[in-house]
Amino acid sequence: MVIAVQDYRLGEFHSFEAGGRRFVYLPSGAVFEIDEATQSLLDRAIDGNILADDEELIGELHHARILVTADDRPELPQKPPADFPLQTLVLNLTNQCNLSCQYCYEFGADKVATPEGKPKFMDLETAKTSVDFLLAQSQGHRGIHITFFGGETLMNFPLLKDVVAYANTQAAAQGRSIDFSLTTNATLLTPAIIQFLSDNRIGVTVSMDGPPDLHDKLRVFANGRGSYDIIEPRVRALLENHRTRPITARVTLTSGVTDVVRIFRHLKHDLGFHEIGFAPVTTSPNQLYAIGAPGMNSVLDQFKALAGEYLEYALRGELHGFSNVSDTLSELCQGVNKSHPCGAGLGLIGVGPSGDIAPCHRFVDSDAHALGHISTGIDRAKQSDFLSRGHIDSKYDCHTCWARPLCAGGCHHEAFVRYGDTGHPNLHYCDWIRDWTATCLHIYGSISVHNPGFLEHFVQRKAA
Amino acid sequence: MKHLRPLNKKAHRIDQHYESLGDDVVALQNPRPQQRPHVPMGCSLMFSPGWEVDSAGGTAGLCQPVERDIYDCWVTCYWPAQVPDHMNNSPDWASKCAAATKDWRNLDLVFP
Repeated sequence: MVIAVQDYRLGEFHSFEAGGRRFVYLPSGAVFEIDEATQSLLDRAIDGNILADDEELIGELHHARILVTADDRPELPQKPPADFPLQTLVLNLTNQCNLSCQYCYEFGADKVATPEGKPKFMDLETAKTSVDFLLAQSQGHRGIHITFFGGETLMNFPLLKDVVAYANTQAAAQGRSIDFSLTTNATLLTPAIIQFLSDNRIGVTVSMDGPPDLHDKLRVFANGRGSYDIIEPRVRALLENHRTRPITARVTLTSGVTDVVRIFRHLKHDLGFHEIGFAPVTTSPNQLYAIGAPGMNSVLDQFKALAGEYLEYALRGELHGFSNVSDTLSELCQGVNKSHPCGAGLGLIGVGPSGDIAPCHRFVDSDAHALGHISTGIDRAKQSDFLSRGHIDSKYDCHTCWARPLCAGGCHHEAFVRYGDTGHPNLHYCDWIRDWTATCLHIYGSISVHNPGFLEHFVQRKAA
Repeated sequence: MKHLRPLNKKAHRIDQHYESLGDDVVALQNPRPQQRPHVPMGCSLMFSPGWEVDSAGGTAGLCQPVERDIYDCWVTCYWPAQVPDHMNNSPDWASKCAAATKDWRNLDLVFP
């Protein structure tokens, strides 16, 4: 007997196919493989209403919210607790830089920083206070991180050394340990610095845009000269001598620099980076280096080509190195359902040379976005305002999007540059994000069918 | 779950929760009612002359006649007690009893 079960209708989910199987991705962040009975039930739905006679099946699907009743309420991401522990501290050791990359969000046309009259280099006192602050505010957290940032981080290398020593001592006194990383343009790397970074297990991300013709377009010195020739031997030395942590390249894509596959080949195979991550430049749409819609489509096609390669590697059990895929797979593996797009102002803060606290490194030195000072702590009212505007609940455009558990509206800083409000959803890349998320879901599904063991890589990996 | 294979941590938590429900799924209880706060209703909660018993469980020694212990069975309750028939014979039985706590003495005795 088939009975019409009027009370049930299809819930909200994204269904996809991979490796000959069917899957659903739910707003809760869960990924399920579905069997034929489920598929058949979903296919037979009429106007969202379902016909079925299998109570057990309906019970399961209802429990997973693949089917819903009129009484079901959408599962909203919880509000983070007011005393959310700090996990990551980004120290902008200096706001000075020896390069003049034209797209720089700290110095370029769309900058939010207002560094006038503030210190250009962080002093040891401020840095120590920051470390103490992190240790005090992260109670209970075992994995805490300090990321060194700039400006050009290595222009204040003496302070970096002092901070590492101080932080290690303070943490050891509490029986804890701190994980360090830094981002650099690689121009100032020396054998001694590389040795220090390797000895102290400091993770390194190099900002680099590809082979010379692409890299030198915008990553230039103040006189306009490209920086590739300066950094190439230093990067090779880094990759050869820093053996304790994977070294990552971080590529900024701009209007003339969208040849993703060629950039990847160069950085991965010619130079030997372990991982390469790409991000389109953050900019208002009228800048010359902004990538228009056609350019972004081409970027997506190339991302997909690399993602296909990633899948082939994964099915052989090998790591490919395209970190945009790895990062998304990590989050899919956790099943995140984000209330906020990232940890900015929540588990992560940025501290500028003056000691001002910012939601993240991108807002450092901006008076309008400061969330207090390191000597007096986080201004809870400002933090609460920042977080409530950035919460997915306040982004109405996102509420019908299936990709929201991962995206949550996108980067606060990008939103501010585009729309003048950190809490505005980044509507200019919605289609792009959905397409990319679908690509990564396809990879996730395929791996789960053909080489499920590979996903173990991500179980321990921290979701970004 | 039989029909769904959990593939990430969130899905595993949903699966474990489902399994922990055990035999809670009952036929014909479909959809399972949503869990709401339990608010007791009816004569056990409000002042409702008539449902009291004495310490021995009897009604003989109560302070009001047992014939009046029926106010809440009239109209509001489905319980098949002997109450005046509000449809035909005694439609105005409780018309002088706006608030039972105050006006219960106005309820008339009705003899068939």
